[in-house]
Amino acid sequence: MYRISKEKLNDLYAKINETSGLYIPVKRAGEVNYAVWGEGKEVSLETLKTVKSPKSMFFPQTENMMKFKTDGKNIEVIDVREQFDERRPFVLFGVKACDYKAIEVLDKVFLGDPVDSYYKMRRETTTIVTLACSRPEESCFCKVFDVDATAPQGDVTTWLDAEYLYWQANTEKGEALTALVQELLEEGGETEVATQQAQTKAVIERLPFSNLDLSRFTPENLNALFNEKEWEEMSEACLGCGTCTFVCPTCQCFDIRDFKTNEGVIRYRCWDSCMYSDFTLMAHGNSRTTQMQRFRQRFMHKLVYYPSQYDGTYSCVGCGRCVNKCPQNLNIVKVIKTLGGKNND
Amino acid sequence: MKEVEMKMLERAKALLESGEVARVVAWKKGDFCFDPSPAVFESVEELDTFVYDWFCGANLSKYLIQIAKKEGKTAVFLKPCDTYSFNQLVKEHRIDREKVYVIAVECLAKLDVEKMKAKGVSMIESVEVVDKDVHVKTAYGEETLYKPDVVLTKCETCNKTHQAKDEEIILHERPERDVNRFAEVEKLEAMTEDERFAFWRNQLSKCIRCNACRNVCPACSCVKCVFDNPASGISAKANDDQFEEQLFHIIRAFHVAGRCTDCGECSRVCPQNIPLHLLNRKFIKDIDGLYGEFQAGETTEGKTPLTSFTEGDVEPKDVFNGEAK
Ligand code: SF4
Ligand code: SF4
Ligand code: SF4
Ligand code: SF4
Repeated sequence: MYRISKEKLNDLYAKINETSGLYIPVKRAGEVNYAVWGEGKEVSLETLKTVKSPKSMFFPQTENMMKFKTDGKNIEVIDVREQFDERRPFVLFGVKACDYKAIEVLDKVFLGDPVDSYYKMRRETTTIVTLACSRPEESCFCKVFDVDATAPQGDVTTWLDAEYLYWQANTEKGEALTALVQELLEEGGETEVATQQAQTKAVIERLPFSNLDLSRFTPENLNALFNEKEWEEMSEACLGCGTCTFVCPTCQCFDIRDFKTNEGVIRYRCWDSCMYSDFTLMAHGNSRTTQMQRFRQRFMHKLVYYPSQYDGTYSCVGCGRCVNKCPQNLNIVKVIKTLGGKNND
Repeated sequence: MKEVEMKMLERAKALLESGEVARVVAWKKGDFCFDPSPAVFESVEELDTFVYDWFCGANLSKYLIQIAKKEGKTAVFLKPCDTYSFNQLVKEHRIDREKVYVIAVECLAKLDVEKMKAKGVSMIESVEVVDKDVHVKTAYGEETLYKPDVVLTKCETCNKTHQAKDEEIILHERPERDVNRFAEVEKLEAMTEDERFAFWRNQLSKCIRCNACRNVCPACSCVKCVFDNPASGISAKANDDQFEEQLFHIIRAFHVAGRCTDCGECSRVCPQNIPLHLLNRKFIKDIDGLYGEFQAGETTEGKTPLTSFTEGDVEPKDVFNGEAK
């Protein structure tokens, strides 16, 4: 294990930036989100939860997929993926355990058959440096999904305390990054990290949502859960906004549209939200016509449909963003408590 | 607050029991002491989860567009600011006034848990407000915060009084306040064009286009928003940090100009804390200056400056040239 004093972190960022782009939590206009690092940017590793999750690194909120240039009767197709080759590799820095687990959730979807080549290209050229949590808060419930917030995976794992950032490589990519910044690192930190981990674990045990019981959310109970009458009541305050889906690290739905320009068409994709009235709109109309149905879709997908498709893995990682950000305080925890049976009372 | 809550609960019970109303729109308890949700109560039993506390910041008036269409009368609790939104919706014929039983309640400024957390309090277990002190018990110990530091932004400069004159009112003593809600707008006006542009670019670049601001807005009551309508040609979900975002917000501000009551919900719900209310307040300030003071939602009838013409109306060219008084 290595360590680097906090004062030298800027040198670390600069060093990484020499060969790779660096995505890191940065404060802008009061809020912390992942952004490209540059001199003078206000990095905030201490922030527990960025507003947007790091998923936008691999699955950007809006991206162009291809362009069609028209010239008379000729149409030229421009594949934007060709430009990917010229891009620099990226280092994604400061990913929390829950968000890392969320990337694994997305991998199953985007790297499964059929492979999403846009996602894959970004995923392959990125080295992920995770950061253990030391101050989880009341909305965190990653433990429920077997996430260890004190030992996130990733190519490199780091821990932060008042003086140092501790560093440990886990993979080949991680070793390569370590070699690159070796001159800035010094050995040590095992005891400090172990102490911090023990303290944080004790806090996690005491978190109010750490012991939610998910046992009722199984594929066998799909119909029973789908038909629960409580959906109506749980969703009545829902605004049908996209906040919960857009801040969620595992929400993966997108829309593909064409944008007409003077010279042709740009085909782009952008995040979509099952909470929206025009989501999966078809010629006959929308398959879910009420907000209750849309609300139910989001939580059934996280807790039942996704696990049915992917060996029981839930597609919620307990990051608590929807708990913090829903304007009307509706969230997945309330759904789990309402439908999850007695153990959640 | 507890006292007010008890009175409200009593009224809700009585109204449901007597059958005078079929349902009550209010707030229900959450998992913590700071996360109540808007809720519809249809029976006395359901009122077990009723709550009215320092975190009931949500404006309930827009829900009535749908709920008041149901069979029977609907009772609703409205805070001072909410009564303006309600009146405006009645004025625009979006709510049938006859079908709603309004109970106006005092608020004394609601708290913003995000601001409290930003002050370093986490793992909150209970909150008690005594005058300007917010006593917070947390898993880590006790703390006292200064209330004006941690109220919702919309409450910071609010001086609204109930505008539901002939309804029942459950009140607290509310001290008059000396506040200038245009202070922040004036700061923006004092900036150079470039500075102002940079300010908004910086703020709006955070927008994730979640539409929470639009969906919560009582003035945004179109049945189908043009931005959601694939047939409109401008429907858009993409967040584009170049121009789109700025246009979306500016178009929205124009569309609600003269109808925005300054309820402040847009800024409350924004996950990126973009001060959207400042766009609307700029319009309010300009309307006040160009047409005489006007407050949307004060009444349910009467003409409004932007929807009526008088000979003395300001000329567009004078506004454009900056020569309007
Ligand atoms: S659950 Fe909350 S965040 Fe999600 S769509 Fe409904 S109101 Fe918006
Ligand atoms: S559903 Fe909510 S808690 Fe779960 S991963 Fe998404 S945002 Fe986080
Ligand atoms: S949910 Fe777990 S991993 Fe995520 S921020 Fe909270 S403690 Fe850390
Ligand atoms: S609520 Fe905030 S983030 Fe969402 S669309 Fe409005 S301004 Fe953008």
